[in-house]
Amino acid sequence: MGNESDPKNRRHALIQMLRLGGLATATTGVGYWLSARSQHPEASEVATFEGHKSIPNDPNLPELVVAHGDDPRLLVRKSLEGLGGIKRFIAQGDVVLIKPNIGWDRTPEQAANTNPQAVAEMVKLCREAGAKRVMVADVSCNEARRCYQRSGIAEAATAEGAEVILPDSRNFKRIDMKRSLGSWQVLEPFLAADKVVNFPIAKNHELAGLTLGMKNWLGIVGGSRNWLHQDIHRSVVDLADFARPALTIIDAYRILVRNGPTGGSLSDVAVTKTLIAATDPVAADSYAAQAFWKLDSSSLPFLKIATDRGLGNKNFAKVRTRFMSLGG
Amino acid sequence: MRPSTLPKLRRISQILFFVLFFVHLFGTEYRGSLKGVTGDIRLPLPYPTIFLLSDPLVALCNALASRALYRGLLWSLTILIPTLFLGRFFCGWICPLGTLNHFVGSLKSEKKRGLKLIESNRYKSWQSIKYYILIVLLVSSLFGGLTLAVMVPISLLERSLTVSILPGLNIAFNAGLDYAFQTNNGVVGFFAQGAQWLLNATMLSFRQPHFRQGFFLGVIFIALLALNLRVTRFWCRALCPLGALLGMVSRWSILGIEKSPASCDDCNRCLLHCQGGDDPIPGAQWRKAECHLCFNCVGDCPTRGIAFKFFPGTSTTRTAPQLQRRKLFTSLAAGLAALPLLRSSTSFSVERNPQLIRPPGSLDEPDFLARCIRCDACMKVCPNNALHPTLTEAGLEGLWSPMLVPRTGYCEPSCTLCGQVCPTGAIWEITAQEKAWLPSATSPNAKPIRLGTAFYDHGRCLPWAMATDCIVCEEWCPTSPKAIYLENAEVTDPLGAKKLVRQPHIDPSRCVGCGACEFACPVKDRPAVYVTSIGESRSRTNQILLQRVTNGSQS
Repeated sequence: MGNESDPKNRRHALIQMLRLGGLATATTGVGYWLSARSQHPEASEVATFEGHKSIPNDPNLPELVVAHGDDPRLLVRKSLEGLGGIKRFIAQGDVVLIKPNIGWDRTPEQAANTNPQAVAEMVKLCREAGAKRVMVADVSCNEARRCYQRSGIAEAATAEGAEVILPDSRNFKRIDMKRSLGSWQVLEPFLAADKVVNFPIAKNHELAGLTLGMKNWLGIVGGSRNWLHQDIHRSVVDLADFARPALTIIDAYRILVRNGPTGGSLSDVAVTKTLIAATDPVAADSYAAQAFWKLDSSSLPFLKIATDRGLGNKNFAKVRTRFMSLGG
Repeated sequence: MRPSTLPKLRRISQILFFVLFFVHLFGTEYRGSLKGVTGDIRLPLPYPTIFLLSDPLVALCNALASRALYRGLLWSLTILIPTLFLGRFFCGWICPLGTLNHFVGSLKSEKKRGLKLIESNRYKSWQSIKYYILIVLLVSSLFGGLTLAVMVPISLLERSLTVSILPGLNIAFNAGLDYAFQTNNGVVGFFAQGAQWLLNATMLSFRQPHFRQGFFLGVIFIALLALNLRVTRFWCRALCPLGALLGMVSRWSILGIEKSPASCDDCNRCLLHCQGGDDPIPGAQWRKAECHLCFNCVGDCPTRGIAFKFFPGTSTTRTAPQLQRRKLFTSLAAGLAALPLLRSSTSFSVERNPQLIRPPGSLDEPDFLARCIRCDACMKVCPNNALHPTLTEAGLEGLWSPMLVPRTGYCEPSCTLCGQVCPTGAIWEITAQEKAWLPSATSPNAKPIRLGTAFYDHGRCLPWAMATDCIVCEEWCPTSPKAIYLENAEVTDPLGAKKLVRQPHIDPSRCVGCGACEFACPVKDRPAVYVTSIGESRSRTNQILLQRVTNGSQS
């Protein structure tokens, strides 16, 4: 086309070369910048958790209350009065998590989940004590929505003004739980709460022996928590040590005497109409084991480990206990 | 009435039924309720699969194969009877897949503009393929083969959305929400909260669903939609067996086109937006069996030369589909040959696939395959994401029918939702009491519906192979008494020390095959306990144990 010495052509060529040069420099620059960023992917930072405020010991009040009666709601109310009243545990403006067992797609009569009326009464007490928020949550084993629905807990707790929170995948945070546990997905409402109330149901469990209060803390953990079974007694105590509830209430209105923790048959259930409320979680477990199954730390090693850890006293006869009979 | 009113009304109807379809699709999901329930948990919608129930092709296949009509399929008369009188109004006014094809077909396309567009909308002989597909489907249905029901349009749509499009959107929307929440920006967070509430109330699943072959089925679906960019409503014109059925049925319908060639000035505009490819243009035969009654030709004609009338003059109308005798016989022969050919391979008759665990209430395999239309509504409703489409597990004959994959989800003991939504009775509707996985006060001797039996892989099981405590399987086993029993065993740990562990065993007479043990097994990749279909109560032959007769009843 044009002459090679055409100044217009030469100018075009020069501009073209400058453009290419600029592009080459920019590409090289981006390449070096990206190359400098390269590093082996690290696991994301794991947060820690400082724990909940514990309730100071009061030598004038019992550490363990065992109430017997017909009405699960009255059992909760009276046993809390026996422990010194709800205000001892819940202050005005507190954010409270009540952690029942809502593990299985079972009705209240099948006694695989905590009694819904008892949970509802506890929600009501917390509201009366001025709690800002009362949350009810558990990490179910069976399909969570079915468990929440069929256990009757969602309905009864909502009616008393609780926030019933499903273990949605957004409701977890990875936490270094220390002890021998390491990092796990932990239920956010547990971390968000000022006070936590442990509200399990007493059931047979072939591996742990029984599932009572301390074992209930498996229910704040998500992910492959089944691995914890490989060293269940130590895991249970580590979790209880991590959780530090203000209060433990063991629902023994109905208990699963066999085929736990799922049950299913009414012949697995004994109606024992009892509620155990305690500031000493080890004594509460120990008492329930002895009273309903005649078992002690020789067959339930977690009781001994927990006592040695200083979480409480497995020798419940040595703690200040009050028995209440509410008729029936 | 102005000529453009009819297309407008049609568009409103299409949007309405499209929305209605999604209301029902999103309603085919258990969303939980605050109300405590002692009876069966049911979906709140009375007929969550109403679009499948009112599909005349579903009803016809079902009737041919089972010689009866399953509950709810009478709804199909609400489409079939009006079609007798009016023609294929379903395709133009109601069908949600048709509406989707219509929408994609109306997008601007290089291959369809100007004269090309007009030419592409003339009747083509390949439009008769769908009639041959229909014939193959109906003939093989008569002998209990429903493989081609994968092409039932509502089935295709429900399946593609369930196993692919919606799970994909679920991932995308959640990723978007996560990103929005991570910005920690008040305004963004506020809108994200609102969006999350809205999405949770409608389309987002509580737990991210994943399905086998999700990508594959999604690509097929998107490809079928993309074909509209070449030929408007290619699926509806060439492939849809329901369209073919409705086209055949509309032969004696009383609504038809009346063309007035006198007022025609050959502008060809009646072909511009024709959906069916049925030649509404004067000078050609109007093909009634192809027409979707979209009324675009009426609206587009500048001289009002085209009108739809009851009892029109029929001189320029072709009422029956154009079929060639030789192809007709070929498709009849194909329909006859399909099932024997499919069953010549080793399938359920001689080599049952151990992985083929059917949902609770499923009929025995021949009856199941004679009813399942692969709509995969059962997969949509399963709260545990336990059901997945088969590829080869049920043979090619059973392609995309449901199977339980316990590793992704087990069968919830009291759940019977898959039977509630199954439109054809392949999964027969049962109550939790009939499922009988738990003893009931009213029928203590009811025999449970078993899906299969669990087995241990001793080489992978912790207490069996690694001297380690575990028995999570026993914890989860839902029957009472449990089907997993424990034996104390003294084992040697790696340091040579003696240790006592409890080793699990299965009692096959109690196991219902729910797969909870397999789901919960902490050996994550290939579980140490797994379920296979043996012992499933729907089959007489796929059994292990000798059945003794005592007091006149089997036990």
